[in-house]
Amino acid sequence: MSKFESNVQYIKYLVNREIAKRFLANENLNEVIEDIAETIIPGPKPITRCCIYKERHIIGDRVKIAIEPIKEGENVIKIIRSACDECPVDRFVVTEACRGCLAHKCHEVCPKNAITIVNHRAYINQELCIECGRCHDVCPFGAISDVLRPCLCSCGAKAIVIDEDKKAYIDDEKCTHCGACVYNCPFGAIVDKSYVVEMLDLIKKSENNSKYKVYAIVAPAISSQFTEAKIEQVINGIEKIGFFHVVEVALGADIVSCHEAKEFAETIEERKWMTTSCCPAFVKYIEKNYPELMDHVSSTVSPMIAIARTIRSLEPNCKIVFIGPCTAKKMEINEEDLKGDVDLVITFEELRAVFDAMEIDLTKCEETSLDNASYYGRLFARSGGVIEAVKQANKNLGINADIQPVKCNGLDEVVKTLKIASFGRLNGNLIEGMACKCGCIGGAASISHGPKDMSEVDKYGKLSKEENSVQATRIFDLDKIDLERKYKVLQNKDN
Amino acid sequence: MTDIQVCIGSVCHLKGSYDIINKLNKLIEENGLSDKYKVKATFCLGNCVGAVCVKLREEIYSVLPETTEQFFNENVKGSAE
Repeated sequence: MSKFESNVQYIKYLVNREIAKRFLANENLNEVIEDIAETIIPGPKPITRCCIYKERHIIGDRVKIAIEPIKEGENVIKIIRSACDECPVDRFVVTEACRGCLAHKCHEVCPKNAITIVNHRAYINQELCIECGRCHDVCPFGAISDVLRPCLCSCGAKAIVIDEDKKAYIDDEKCTHCGACVYNCPFGAIVDKSYVVEMLDLIKKSENNSKYKVYAIVAPAISSQFTEAKIEQVINGIEKIGFFHVVEVALGADIVSCHEAKEFAETIEERKWMTTSCCPAFVKYIEKNYPELMDHVSSTVSPMIAIARTIRSLEPNCKIVFIGPCTAKKMEINEEDLKGDVDLVITFEELRAVFDAMEIDLTKCEETSLDNASYYGRLFARSGGVIEAVKQANKNLGINADIQPVKCNGLDEVVKTLKIASFGRLNGNLIEGMACKCGCIGGAASISHGPKDMSEVDKYGKLSKEENSVQATRIFDLDKIDLERKYKVLQNKDN
Repeated sequence: MTDIQVCIGSVCHLKGSYDIINKLNKLIEENGLSDKYKVKATFCLGNCVGAVCVKLREEIYSVLPETTEQFFNENVKGSAE
């Protein structure tokens, strides 16, 4: 299957596709869980696990997560306990390659005296080991392996905890919902709740968009996805699912660039530095780790919310589904001050599954254009793009404030930069924060994460009719649309 | 107050609906009709073949930036009640 980067993506896809098919065939999903598992794992030989029964059980758990509605405030990132393979917790382990040499540099170099030589072999006392890695570096035979559990390694927010059974679980107090663990667990044991069923149901109940119109708002990162077809064919495909109309979220990004440029100019003197606010995982990281710095986070809504509110101002009774590469957006829409703006969030992975379940062949679709945003609005999809957009809005609005950008590409850089900022040592005044490497195009629920995706974004951006964000938003009465966040942390502080 | 809805969906936008909105606003103002007509943007009037779609009194017209003044003269000016 060349459409997918890994079998983990593929199995998620199979589950979503099967659920969509069954829903469209009017089957009662709760009654066909076992049937779905048997369809996906036909046997007789297992693919990766010990037996087909375990594999089917895991598929059953995947289906349950996908079809069961989620409680308010519940994390959309879920660990499938049955699928967690209990990877080794100890990072440094002595392997067969140890020759029990005379020098035993490992023992000499260990600052905690955690290494002893037993029966001519080095042995690490894991109780004492502080994972400094010096033994690994110094061994002339490369006999000490360094393996960090992929889930732990991927989580910049340090929200993954290992329990006494060696199973991973998520500390909801720390999780930013970025989905890095979902993408990085090699066993596919961490998933984001699928909204395929909810979306198809929303469309079905609209009765061909007669009860209410269902809009799809599409993130600009789509330019690097579904590359087997033209972007215009993808848009046509989305309409074929049953959406009334497709609108670019990048237009919301143009609105945000203008608003944020004004906000910067008006508040920077008092604030000294501020951050962008388009990435919900980035904002969540600050909220959970540096609540005292929330004053510095831009109070402008995200492009998703900006475009949704713009559409609602023109079409009050519509329903809006966001389609993007992001798992954190699934949580963002339930934030107290944003509730009701966007009805559902689905990912590109889920979209792919729905296309195939409905047998929509993108390469055979007609072409429907997608053009409202400017080049700069579309750049929000990649790292560095938001800064470029805010800078051009700053110039084109004639504000000309002195913007000194600091780019954070991925949660690891976010963590470092915020630490520096919290000490008051930030070298710059506008932090662009993106939790995913490369920006949204590297999003956890993207289908493709290749390095060439960056240039795809720019290429797509250059096709826009509108030259800049000011041009792209010139017909909207933006003063009448509320573009301000009311962060809970700040609200509580005021009370 | 009568609404003039101008479609700004992608197809209409590419054919110049933003310009039509600006032109209509200007014409309405110049002709002193600001208290009678309001130009509103809308996403998709469902007739992309006839882009740019403009909806006035439940009827959908196909207008281009070049024909905006003609549309205004024939359908807006003089029938303002």
